[in-house]
Amino acid sequence: MADKPQPKGWNPYLAGSLAGIVAVLSVVIGKNFLGASTTFAKSACMVESVFAKTHVQSLEYFQKFTGTIDWQWMFVFGIMIGSFISAITSNSFKWQNVPDMWNGRFGNSTAKRAVFAFIGGVIAIIGARLADGCPSGHGLSGIMQLSVSGFIAMIGFFGGGIVMAQLLYKGRK
Amino acid sequence: MNQLIIGLITGIAFGFLLQKGRVIRYDKQLAALRFIDFTIVKFMLSAIIVGIVGIYLLTDLSVIELKIKSASIGGNLLGGIIFGVGWGLLGYCPGTQLGALGEGRWDSIWGVLGMIAGGMIFAEMYPFFKKTVLTWGNFGKITLPQILHVNHWIVIPVVILAFIFCFVWIEKKRL
Repeated sequence: MADKPQPKGWNPYLAGSLAGIVAVLSVVIGKNFLGASTTFAKSACMVESVFAKTHVQSLEYFQKFTGTIDWQWMFVFGIMIGSFISAITSNSFKWQNVPDMWNGRFGNSTAKRAVFAFIGGVIAIIGARLADGCPSGHGLSGIMQLSVSGFIAMIGFFGGGIVMAQLLYKGRK
Repeated sequence: MNQLIIGLITGIAFGFLLQKGRVIRYDKQLAALRFIDFTIVKFMLSAIIVGIVGIYLLTDLSVIELKIKSASIGGNLLGGIIFGVGWGLLGYCPGTQLGALGEGRWDSIWGVLGMIAGGMIFAEMYPFFKKTVLTWGNFGKITLPQILHVNHWIVIPVVILAFIFCFVWIEKKRL
């Protein structure tokens, strides 16, 4: 399967428009604006509660974001299932330890990719919690409501991202 | 219906469309940040156009209510830039990395673990952030039509037109 050419997906304008309909329906049906980053604060609370329960109870942030499974947690989990269904039924599922573009620049080392991706994840979630949202919460749900916070955050997301991408792939095509 | 089931179904629909649009892969995310391929921008702006019209139409009809987040320089902008730096390294967003896992790109698991660890670190630092960064330049829960003092149906066509100009530019440059 790995050698077959990857089947093309849907037109991104069409898939995006349909995703917009899902985002609106989500508000109509369950009063929920799409978002994802809160889930990682809640998951952090859940995991830390296993080995440091009393400490977790002393943290103000985990009073606000308790280690419970809520609407958004299930939404984020659902993204994985939806993507899996789409990938497996369209022959575009592929086990990969390192993305192709990364491989071309930094090689096929799983460990190297793991270190960078882990650190990236740490930094990204600290930023997202400071910003009070990620590209779904601010970019999609925020700008959908013409919220000033959404526009400011998106400028930050792409600004920081473009700078980091240039640093990593400087001068390469 | 139970909120958890609604969340799961919404996630499945959203994840399905993300995968169909091919927007969850590292290669696509970085390609946008490197100005090589703007598929994720096309997807996102299309979703926003449909979203703006739907949300404001249904708000005017009193079917739904807006839920605006506070706009701030310290939080949104500085936090946003920090997110961007992490995003550039990881190549996945908090939501899309689960989608990447769903299509077999299992390096996203490092991102998931990093974000859980990052959530713990953030909780430790929260009292400090609350006194510093999060107090910088807070404007409250404002929308674009509010600061411009015009009806939202004047702002909406302008924003949509700006996005369509982006599409025309992207297609012209074959990004």
